[in-house]
Amino acid sequence: MKKTVFALISSITMLSVAMAGCGAPGQSSSGEQSQGENSAASDSGSTEKKVLRMNFASEPPTADPGLAEDSTSGAVVRATFEGLTRLKDNKPIESAAEKIDVSEDGLTYTFHLRDAKWSNGDPVTAQDFEFAWKRVLDPKTAANYSYQLYYIKNGEKANKGEVSLDEVGVKALDDKTLEVKLENPTPYFLELTAFYTYFPVNKKVVESNPNWANEASTHVGNGPFKLVEWEHKNKLAIEKNENYWDKDNVKLDRVEFSMVNDSNTELQMYENGELDWAGAPLNSLPVDVVPALKEEGKVITQPIAGTYWYKFNTEQPPFNNVKIRKAFAYAINRQAIIDNILQLNQLPALGAVPQSMSLNPDGYFKDNDVETAKKLLAEGMQELGISKLPEITLSYNTDSNHEKIAQAIQDQWKKNLGVDVKLANTEWKVYIEDLHQGKFQIGRMGWLGDFNDPINFLELFKDKYGGNNDTRWENAQFKELLNQSALEKDPAKRKEILAQAEKIFVDEMPVAPIYFYTDSWVKQDYVKGVQVSGLGDIDFKWADIEK
Amino acid sequence: MFRYLGKRILFMILSIFLIVTATFFIMKAVPGGPFTSEKNVPDEIKAALEAKYGLDKPVFQQYLDYLKGVVTWDLGPSFTEKSSTVNQIINRGFPVSAYLGIEALIIALFGGIILGIIAALKHTKWPDFTSMVIATIGLSVPSFILAAFLQYFFAIKLGWFPIAKWESFKYTVLPAVALSATPLAFIARLIRSNMIEVLSQDYIKTAKAKGLSTLTTTVKHAVRNALLPVITYLGPLLANILTGAFVIERIFGVPGLGREFVISITNRDYTVIMGTTVFYSIILVVLVLLVDIAYTLVDPRIKLGGTGKE
Amino acid sequence: MQLSKELFEPISMDLKQAEEIQRPSLSFWADVWRRLRGNKVAMISLAFIVILVLCAIFIPMFSEHNYYSTDLAGKNKKPSAEHWFGTDDLGRDMFIRIWYGARISLEVGVAAALVDLVIGVIWGGIAGFFGGKVDEIMMRIADILYAIPYLLVVILLMVIMDPGVVTIIIALSITGWIGMARIVRGQMMLLKAQEYVLAARSLGANNVRLIFKHLIPNALGPIIVTLSLSVPTAIFSESFLSFIGLGVSAPVASWGTMSSDGLSAMRYYPWRLMFPAVFISLTMLAFNLLGDGIRDAVDPRLRK
Repeated sequence: MKKTVFALISSITMLSVAMAGCGAPGQSSSGEQSQGENSAASDSGSTEKKVLRMNFASEPPTADPGLAEDSTSGAVVRATFEGLTRLKDNKPIESAAEKIDVSEDGLTYTFHLRDAKWSNGDPVTAQDFEFAWKRVLDPKTAANYSYQLYYIKNGEKANKGEVSLDEVGVKALDDKTLEVKLENPTPYFLELTAFYTYFPVNKKVVESNPNWANEASTHVGNGPFKLVEWEHKNKLAIEKNENYWDKDNVKLDRVEFSMVNDSNTELQMYENGELDWAGAPLNSLPVDVVPALKEEGKVITQPIAGTYWYKFNTEQPPFNNVKIRKAFAYAINRQAIIDNILQLNQLPALGAVPQSMSLNPDGYFKDNDVETAKKLLAEGMQELGISKLPEITLSYNTDSNHEKIAQAIQDQWKKNLGVDVKLANTEWKVYIEDLHQGKFQIGRMGWLGDFNDPINFLELFKDKYGGNNDTRWENAQFKELLNQSALEKDPAKRKEILAQAEKIFVDEMPVAPIYFYTDSWVKQDYVKGVQVSGLGDIDFKWADIEK
Repeated sequence: MFRYLGKRILFMILSIFLIVTATFFIMKAVPGGPFTSEKNVPDEIKAALEAKYGLDKPVFQQYLDYLKGVVTWDLGPSFTEKSSTVNQIINRGFPVSAYLGIEALIIALFGGIILGIIAALKHTKWPDFTSMVIATIGLSVPSFILAAFLQYFFAIKLGWFPIAKWESFKYTVLPAVALSATPLAFIARLIRSNMIEVLSQDYIKTAKAKGLSTLTTTVKHAVRNALLPVITYLGPLLANILTGAFVIERIFGVPGLGREFVISITNRDYTVIMGTTVFYSIILVVLVLLVDIAYTLVDPRIKLGGTGKE
Repeated sequence: MQLSKELFEPISMDLKQAEEIQRPSLSFWADVWRRLRGNKVAMISLAFIVILVLCAIFIPMFSEHNYYSTDLAGKNKKPSAEHWFGTDDLGRDMFIRIWYGARISLEVGVAAALVDLVIGVIWGGIAGFFGGKVDEIMMRIADILYAIPYLLVVILLMVIMDPGVVTIIIALSITGWIGMARIVRGQMMLLKAQEYVLAARSLGANNVRLIFKHLIPNALGPIIVTLSLSVPTAIFSESFLSFIGLGVSAPVASWGTMSSDGLSAMRYYPWRLMFPAVFISLTMLAFNLLGDGIRDAVDPRLRK
């Protein structure tokens, strides 16, 4: 036992270093990289490869379109797959489908597919679509987003196991023709087919290898790009797909994604020239840096379909009284919060439906209407027969932006209405459970549209115990109007019906809308053509680098 | 010794079993599940998901299944990262975290020991104060602030190191330094404090009287005897930094294991929570055992498994 | 020379007085205090801590500003005569927020350190002293507590308890003491084999006396150093726990919370990070230097 401790420590250290040798950076575990680079270089006409450098805030949970349910996976899937339609400038255009026929009653869609190939050379067939959709609806697949396919006839029933998958209204008439039957005439169905849950998968590949989507080497898509490198948690790269039907319009050779979560770090990498893009939609810009960035005129802002609101628990006093709900909603100075806290040109929300699909762009009430708010509060308290409000708690989930907004609104309520409100924040999943179970008085929530239609934002509040209502508010007339809208084929009339519904909603004020979301980012000047849709989806198909 | 080790290993297995059990039931008691989400899906979809991952079985059955998984080291699929299994997540993340951790540990040990020795030899003189001020700042400035500073000065202002990512050795320097600051400061203080005590002991005086140089005395006698608390601290420290540091990994974009410990919990990714916990506890109990064995090497008077009465 | 008896007078004083010690007798702690007083650095540190505590108590009482009133138009203002420490991102006065924050951070830091000290020293002391099965069981319990994912436990606590400073201290106490217990145990194992322990034992000292009179005082160095890690750990854990919803709710903010908030503003509004960070560091420095002073004062070998 005469050995010194140094010897012991150093031997442990050496051992551990040796053991950790495989963790040394630079030893890429995936071998696809060099191979991919070569093929792209030989095909592109120009001498310099066009490489776009992006950053994901996190590892994409999946590259399987049927299982994707988040924006990071969505970005990968949208680049490596192609739906029947694809959004360009927020309008669906034919993509995998060449021609689309819609029946008179709006219930039957016939898609004629163009000749296209998967990245492994297989032809893209109508059977692939049928297979993909039924796979999503199969309860055994357990796809969280299967409800996106409930517009298809018997989609919901099949997913819930009430009817067999064979009865789902999707059928490949031949290799190139897909017939789809819907439950209701759905005016926005061609936007839905641009959504990733509706993307096809290669039937042969999926059936032969259940883990096909886990690695770059086995991943097969039909999109403008193919997955060439996926070093999990570290980086991912896609390259131009030479088998893509529209490859002449794909300008980029390669897109590389690093995975740095911290938004400050991301911005610094951008400023250092290591990234071509920072901020939304894949991450966010750090708020404290925004004023400086704006001064330099660098920030690009675009409204997206999302509403940030405070939900009231309409079953509990004092918010069972509509006047008190309104008083609290009116006494918020939204513009001040946007200008000073959020700072990214968000729009004050004076209704439920965001700007891009708005039914009434002027809003239904006035921002920061303190006089009316005071009056309503006094009346409401009289109606409830109370002279003093009970203790009120405003809840939000842990996040510094939510916290700032809550503090500002707390102070505005104190100054404008003279009410003291307590703040409480909770960890995210605990918070969601509390909200869904009605354990709150005022609770923050946001809602992002899945497709570009107002129904997204109104439907939530249709049923008192609907999964995402939370306010326990219900209104027969509102419900009736929504039911009518589902059957209405004329877009103008439908819009009119939905506007009536929104008006009822705002009159009853089960939620206090705060603002409509925007996406803001900075990018290098030579980056062109990256599409960010009104839903906040990023698409690289038409992107280019012009140095 | 072997009898002691045998007993000890039994206790270790028992500890890991208790950790798994406690973690499993705490995890189940915490509200929210892996499929709780902002957009509430119809109950049937939730049920299908739960059936797919075996969450529809009675909790106790799930627990038994899980124990079986731990014994066979098949930790199951991740619920959130559908493209990975828990074994894959650990196999990918651990080497990265271990590499970073070892680098940080080397910096912390050498820096801390040197700083501590200087301070102790010059006790109550200015080198002492200087090193203790450095050590105190190291302790009181948390790693996330230090990381941001390092990033700002060495990567952005001076351009010596990359800002983030994990590509080659130079990418590891800043995160390793940021990670080493607190342990370095703590080790420096421990060494100083113990050295001061040891230096006043009779055997040091004897060594000096024999005419040994200050250097020899310091290295051969004093440091060795001042190391014990450092070794105590090293066990859990090593377990922690080998399995990654969430904050540092996040700021520097390091694909280590540290974030799994945090993110799996916020996602309620049950299998990942359990897998990382089991993995961590194995490393911890082994290192704690090594620490105890190291004691007897530092000071042969220490007896393991003794009763304390001589 | 004729000496007569009258020339002599018997000393009237008591003989006992001869045995009296000239130096006043001091208890152990009085002696420590005497030596500590002689340590300038330690006394400056003590004075700093006292002033800090007084400021935290009184400044908020007499300030024209309060910690919650927002002024969105006046956000992120530089330090000025109106706002000595500038304003934060909601236009609130940083100076007053620092003092409110001091209340929480000092409270949490000191309370957590005390809990660590008491539980850690007793636990580690007993385990290390008795060794064998006792040690094995006690230390394995510590390992188990240490390995259960802390965040999970915290979320569970959040569900069953109301947020607040007390909850924070409880949350910090679950695992905070383990490091201390390990260090103390290691020292115990080393010290109990030393000659003076044997000597004390042969003089009839019982175990309790041995542990608390002989062993712990000799392990004081590592104990104080470990405590110096407890306080900043507690201060920053508090901000983390508050952030996830266990601690004090906004708009009250602790130093830890303020410095995490200020981090992203480092490049543009450095005062938002600087003031809380400097206060944490200075406070830590004062506690550490005072701790070192106490250690030196307690250690009889360093007596000069």
